[in-house]
Amino acid sequence: MSPELAVADGTRRVLRDPAALPRLGWTLVAVLLLWPLLQLARFRPAELFDPANLAAMGQFLSGFLPPETSPDFLTLLGRATVETLAMATAGVALAVLLAVPLGLLLTRSLSVASLGPGRGGCFGAGLRILARGLLAVLRGVPELVWALLFVRVFGLGAAAGVLALGITYGGMLGKVYGEILESADALPARSLLEAGSGRLAALCYGLLPNAARELVSYTVYRWECALRASVVMGFVGAGGLGQLMDQSMKMLNGGEAASILVTFLVLVLAADGLSEKLRRRMA
Amino acid sequence: MKAGVSVGGLLAAGLVLVAVAGSFAYLELPLAGLFSGRVAGEAAGFAGRFFPPDLEPDFLARVGQAALETLAISLLSTLLAALAGAALALPAAGREGSKGCGARAVARFVLNLLRSIPELVWATLMVLAAGLGPFAGTLALALHTTGVLGRLFAEALENAPPGPAEALAGSGAPALVAFLYGTLPLVAPQWLSYALYRWEMNIRMAAILGFVGAGGLGALLYYSLSLFQETRAGTVILAMLAMTIAVDAASAWLRRMQG
Repeated sequence: MSPELAVADGTRRVLRDPAALPRLGWTLVAVLLLWPLLQLARFRPAELFDPANLAAMGQFLSGFLPPETSPDFLTLLGRATVETLAMATAGVALAVLLAVPLGLLLTRSLSVASLGPGRGGCFGAGLRILARGLLAVLRGVPELVWALLFVRVFGLGAAAGVLALGITYGGMLGKVYGEILESADALPARSLLEAGSGRLAALCYGLLPNAARELVSYTVYRWECALRASVVMGFVGAGGLGQLMDQSMKMLNGGEAASILVTFLVLVLAADGLSEKLRRRMA
Repeated sequence: MKAGVSVGGLLAAGLVLVAVAGSFAYLELPLAGLFSGRVAGEAAGFAGRFFPPDLEPDFLARVGQAALETLAISLLSTLLAALAGAALALPAAGREGSKGCGARAVARFVLNLLRSIPELVWATLMVLAAGLGPFAGTLALALHTTGVLGRLFAEALENAPPGPAEALAGSGAPALVAFLYGTLPLVAPQWLSYALYRWEMNIRMAAILGFVGAGGLGALLYYSLSLFQETRAGTVILAMLAMTIAVDAASAWLRRMQG
């Protein structure tokens, strides 16, 4: 039955969505594309109800209650939580150290060579392309892969996680710092440079006053992401809560897993709230 | 805007410095050691073992298969998450017929729960529930992404102007039609752009879920590293890099198409 509309002159017009046919076509194309994807991902929901899997999951989940609360385990949990927080903070600090010079390198409005008429320096343009490529490689490899590699160089522990976070997040922050500085009003910095001031002064008095809030806000957001990432670093042996979780999962100890999951939940929600509050205050 | 630096700003900067210094001290990071010549040489030697990447045809075929699997995991999980996220966002935004406060609170709680458990933890759980393989990875990514997308979708719904849907509902359209023709066209571009953004994240996650046995390139990387076949690991890492860059480009292109 198609919907109808009573019009003032008494006739009834059939309403039809004029875009219906193309939409139907695109949906069909999507479904056709979906089929090979489902095959590739071996999408078999029936496996969820396989008796063996159900039994393993059921046994594990039934261990969740009650969560493990023995004093020994809680001390361990507390230490891992502090370690996770410290890893995220130290990792983002390293990332900022890496990102600031690269981000500044990307900022065209600080280029002295492009002042005045003419095409500007080839050297600077080449350097910018190099920096862009370096940043893409740094953030293109996931942080867990970096962590897995660093664990082999520096041994098990938080150092590998911190370095991995520093490198991946350095790549992301550098790119975004460059974009924020580029999109800020270039006129103040430009006029400072044209009046003969140095690049540092042009950055501090020309660009930063307009861009600082956004830069800080994005860094806080990345800290929140880093916290979530460092929670799982332990799965490849890089310390923190993940390592505890990995051990409990491997031993199918549901009670410990439940305690750790609750800690995750509290930690992530708290970081979320804190970061949102900070960013709202700055916005 | 005030000139000069405020007391609050100084205080915040001081706190951040203290937190950073405290973190480094707590972790006992041998920072000086990290930048020493010996460690640098060791790291360079380690990196050198990954080159040249193993390009043997048999292995390349396996990498290609795993890369396709990774792509399928990321696409399917994002699609599933977009559908489930939209379904949960409707009650979570408290619009379109669901007047009950209870439904809203429940939907928000579910979204928060899904979102705050990391993908990798979901993956270890799903490997138990669905067995080793890409299906577990798809489910794990879909669960976490549902939480993230649901929240973003709900925010977009809350910010959309209610006028068109109210006009449709007022003239007698059923709730579903009012939503489809009144609200959805307003939020669809934003929803699509959020979904594309999560796809970019999910291709990265799909590449590493294999570490816990959930299929894709990660499993291959984990095996090659465990067997000390660094040249093979190098190939897999290059494949991961190529995939993430390709997906970023595809997503940027789709965004531009959508205008």
